[in-house]
Formats: sequence, structure tokens, C-alpha cells
Amino acid sequence: MGWKLYDSRLAWTLIAPTLLLLLLFLVLPIIVMTAYTFFTFVTAGVETSVLTLANWKEFLFDTYYHGFLWKTVRVGATTAILCALVGYFPAYFIWSTRFRHKWLLLLLLIVPFWISFTIRTFSWIHILGEQGLINVVLLRLGIIGEPIPMLYTEGAVIMGLLHFLLPYMILNVYVSLESIDRTLISAARSMGCTSAQAFREVTLPLSLPGLGAGLLLCFVLAAGSYVTPQLLGGSRDALFGNLIYDTIMGQLNWPMGATLSVVLFVLLGCAAAAYTRYMGMSQIMKGLGG
Amino acid sequence: MAGGSPAPEVPTVGLDKVTVSYGQFTAVRDFSLAVEKGSFVTLLGPSGCGKTTILRSIAGLVEISSGQISIGGQRVDDVPINKRNIGLVFQNYALFPHKSVFDNVAFGLKYRAVSKPEIARRVGEALEMVRLPGSEKKLPSQLSGGQQQRIALARAIVFEPTVLLLDEPLSALDANMREEMRVEIKKIQKATGITAIFVTHDQEEALSMSDQIVVMNAGVAEQVGTPAEVYDAPATAFVADFLGKANVLPGSVDKMEGQIATVQLDAGQAIRAVSPSPIAQGARVSVVVRPQKLAVGSEEGSNSLSGRVVSTSYLGASAVYEIDIGKETIVRANTLLSGPILREGETARLGFAPEGCVLLDAGGRRVV
Repeated sequence: MGWKLYDSRLAWTLIAPTLLLLLLFLVLPIIVMTAYTFFTFVTAGVETSVLTLANWKEFLFDTYYHGFLWKTVRVGATTAILCALVGYFPAYFIWSTRFRHKWLLLLLLIVPFWISFTIRTFSWIHILGEQGLINVVLLRLGIIGEPIPMLYTEGAVIMGLLHFLLPYMILNVYVSLESIDRTLISAARSMGCTSAQAFREVTLPLSLPGLGAGLLLCFVLAAGSYVTPQLLGGSRDALFGNLIYDTIMGQLNWPMGATLSVVLFVLLGCAAAAYTRYMGMSQIMKGLGG
Repeated sequence: MAGGSPAPEVPTVGLDKVTVSYGQFTAVRDFSLAVEKGSFVTLLGPSGCGKTTILRSIAGLVEISSGQISIGGQRVDDVPINKRNIGLVFQNYALFPHKSVFDNVAFGLKYRAVSKPEIARRVGEALEMVRLPGSEKKLPSQLSGGQQQRIALARAIVFEPTVLLLDEPLSALDANMREEMRVEIKKIQKATGITAIFVTHDQEEALSMSDQIVVMNAGVAEQVGTPAEVYDAPATAFVADFLGKANVLPGSVDKMEGQIATVQLDAGQAIRAVSPSPIAQGARVSVVVRPQKLAVGSEEGSNSLSGRVVSTSYLGASAVYEIDIGKETIVRANTLLSGPILREGETARLGFAPEGCVLLDAGGRRVV
């Protein structure tokens, strides 16, 4: 055969298909998009390859875009932090329970993924809407006189994102907890810690990498979200993703749409890079079940 | 020290008829033990014999089903682990990976209202004692296995616990390091005068370190005694076999002359063995004799067995023979070499004294 185990030719042959896919469908499109940011917009649907910095100038100096960027970061960060606050407890519960069928609890976390994300997002309309569950119940009970506007607000968007992202947070924290050697807790207890003190001294600090990975994942997914603000948010609650959609599909302004896409890509890329630098990518891989 | 100094007659750790069950399975049955202040007691037995369960129940990590445990003269049934004032050393070291060596060792002191300068002084002293001074700022991951275990030891003794509990602390170390740590642990235990309970499955560790050995099997104590007692006078066939792989030869008593019983072995030959009390003629017994007490090729002592050499292991100054003394009964002999080494198939004569033998009755218990 002429092949050796760990032959570098064999290694390249094995990763070639993946590499090719990545080049063709990830790297190349990004390069094309980046090139588009320097093209000149003529009118809806028409652009020329005359190079210009106009798109970048527009983004850098128009506060309209800065507002979107800031709101996207704010909603993303709020969602991620809420996920952490809400998600840590179920993760801790699943980890610490003596219930014999732990896999069942973990399965319950995966169950929502069996239903289309879009349908799950739509379901909130029936809960938060004017004719939705909450308003109808409150009206029937006579607690409120007229429906509370809940749908098409930033709160509804965050709620939807929380619903979508919570399993990612719980799984990340759970994996991190699972990797903690339980004798460390016994050791801390034997030296005088109450269980609450042992949690603060051992469990919490050692689960922080998982919490960090969850925060990053939730932030990136929330800040890059498009469907949730589209369905649950009002016109003022659009995020950067919706702005890109609108620029490309609505105004047919491809050069500007490309510019905004690259901005979002770089922003989320930086967040991921900063995390990788300080926490290590391996934690995310673990969280994703790798 | 929490709980005050116990009066001399009160054991530092006392277990009274302790039973630990998990559902149908009984891990420890009716286990009683009194550990004197300053002594080094080893729980020795194969895996699954309940030795770790006992240690964990003293620590408060395992709930006992019945019986009672006292530490420093006080019952601890309702005392949570953090109030028992015990030092625990684990097999896998269990150092906090996110804390420096200093913070690891200072941990117990931090929860005992000790002032900062006093903590620094005592941590320094403890590190000096385990011969790792100046390692305060290092992280556990920067230390070797042996060093980590020494830090774990320092961490467990620095707050002067009533009792030090060691759960197979040497099994994760390689052979050389294990021997070094064995000496070191013993030295530190002597120097501090701390009461120690040590769990191991390694008979060499048990014999070399302990004041008292508790040989355990299937959840019960088979024998409690000094290393010499359990080795030279095993109370049961299990102890004889577990400690040093003694030869256990079944047979029946032929006659009794004073304190000497002549036993007709099932293998066909006869042995004279010391019996502290008379045994009826015809009674089933087993003769226990250590491989080291069998002199190959000599007529030492009044006993003599002959057989065919099945295997030979040459060890330099000595050799281990496996000898078939008839009916496929194999006897192991560990003997000093004086003449030429015997080869497989040759005939060997084994000489030994009746005093080197221990008699077990039909129930497998030593005749006393």
C-alpha cells in the first residue's frame, strides 16, 4: 500500500473533503462578502465593482447603525446573563440529584430541539399576545381591565431567546460540574466547610469555565439571532441581523448589507476569540458534547 | 483541639457494633474497634471488604445503619463532617486545583478562626514538615504525584485534627515513591503524635507502618493485633492467606503429645505442630506454615516433608520453590540459598520446626 499509520499524506487525504467544504462554503463566501463591502451601490439591486469606502464611512459615521449595534450587544448580553442566572440551578440539580435515571433529565433538555425552532418561537404569540394565555386568564379573573401589551416588546424577544438558549447554558454548566472531582467537596467539608461554604470554595469556582462557555455561546447566538426579534419583537426591537436582512432583501443594497454582515461577524468573532484566549476552546467543545 | 483531650482510658476513636448497609448489601457488619491516642491503626483487606466504608463512616461521609462511633470520647452520630475535626487524605490527593499550595494547606485553618499571621506560620511549619518549604505559590498541577500527596498530608494535619484518616494514600504512587512516602508518613505521624487510621490493601504497608492491624474480610474484622501477631499467629485461614500467602495444609489429628499434635496431611505425609490446647484424635485441622519457615534441603527442626520441585524462582540470596508434596498439594518455600539451586523435577526436602506452625480448627479459626 505504501501508507504508514500517521502518514501526513493520509491525514491530508482524510481532512481534504472537510477542508474543501469549509473553503468553498465558508471562507470563500466571507471573502466575497468582504469584497462587496468596497463595491459602489447604484440603485436597488444594482451595484458596480468600482471600489469605494462609502459603505464603511456610512457605517462608521451614521449613529443609526451604532444604535443597532449597541442594542444588539445589550440584548445579547442581557439574554446571556439571564440564561446564566436561570440555567445554573437546573444544571446543579441534575448534577447533584441521586435520581437513578439522570439521562432522562438530560434527555428532557434535548426534547425541545425536536420541535422546529420557528414553531417554538411562534408558540410565544399564544402565550404573550393580547388573546394569549396570560392576558386571557388575567382578564377572566378580573385582575386587569384590558390586555397588557407584552408581545412585540424587547422583553418578549429576550423571553424567546431565553427559551431557545437555556438548554445550551444548562448543558455547558452541567458538563463543567460533572468534571469536578467529588472528593474535593468531601475534602473541603472535612476541613470545616458547611455545604454552602464548600459550594462557594470548590463547586462554584470549578464550574466557572462552563458558565463562561455558556455565556459566550448564548451571547453569540442571541446577538446573531434573526428569527426571534422578527417574530416576537416590534419594529423598534429589530436586532443587527434584522437590519442586515432589511438592507439586503428590502433595500436590495448588497454592498451595505455586506458591510453590516462583516461588522457582526467581526464583533462575534472577537467575543469568541477573547473567550478562547482566556478560557480555552476545549470547554465549549465539551459543552457541545464533543 | 475540639472536644477537649480525652481521658487516657477513652479511645480517641471508638466504633461500637457499627453496621453499614446499602439496601440488601451489608458493607460492614457489627464492627467494633478502639483506637488509642497516638497510635497508628491500619484497616487491611482486599477491595470490597468494607475498610474504606469504615473510614468514611468515621469521617461522616457515610451514614451508619446501626451502632455508634465516637471521636475524642464524644458520640458523633449527629455531628456533621465539618464539625468532627478530622484530617482526611485521599488516594487521588484531592487538592483544590484552583488554589495555590498555600491556600490548600491554609484551608482548614481558615475555617477555624485562626489569625492571618498564625495561619502563615503554621502553613510554613507544615510545609517544612513534609519537606516542601517554599512551594506556597505553586499550583497543585505543577507538582509531582508524590509532592501532591505530601501537600495533601500537610493540609490534613496542619489544623491538628483529633484523628488523621488516610484512604489508600499510596496506591496512586509508583513503587519507589510509595516506599519513600511510607517512611515519611510514619515519621510525621510519630513526630506529631497524631492518631492515625490508615486504609490499605497492601500487606507490606500495613506490616511496616502500623501499631495495630485490623484484617478485614467481607465486612467483618478477621483479626486485630500487632503486625507480628497477625503475621506469626493468623487467627483464620483468610488472614494466613492474605498476609504473606502462607501454606494452609488440611489434614486430621493423629495423636496429641503434650503441646505437640501430629497431623496426618491429606497430601499423605505427617507434620508435628504446636497446639496450645489439646485436640481430639481424628479432628479435622489445617496446618499453617509460612514459606519463610521452610528450609529447603536441610533437616532443621523435627518436621520434614519431601516433594518434587514444580517451579523455581531465583532471587539472588534466596529462592522461592513450589513443591508438590503429594496429591497435587503445592507448598511454597522461600529459602536462603546455601548449596546449588534445585531444578524443576528434582526432589526436595523441607525442614521446619513444630513451633513455626499454627493450627486452625475445622471452622478455620486458630486453635488457642
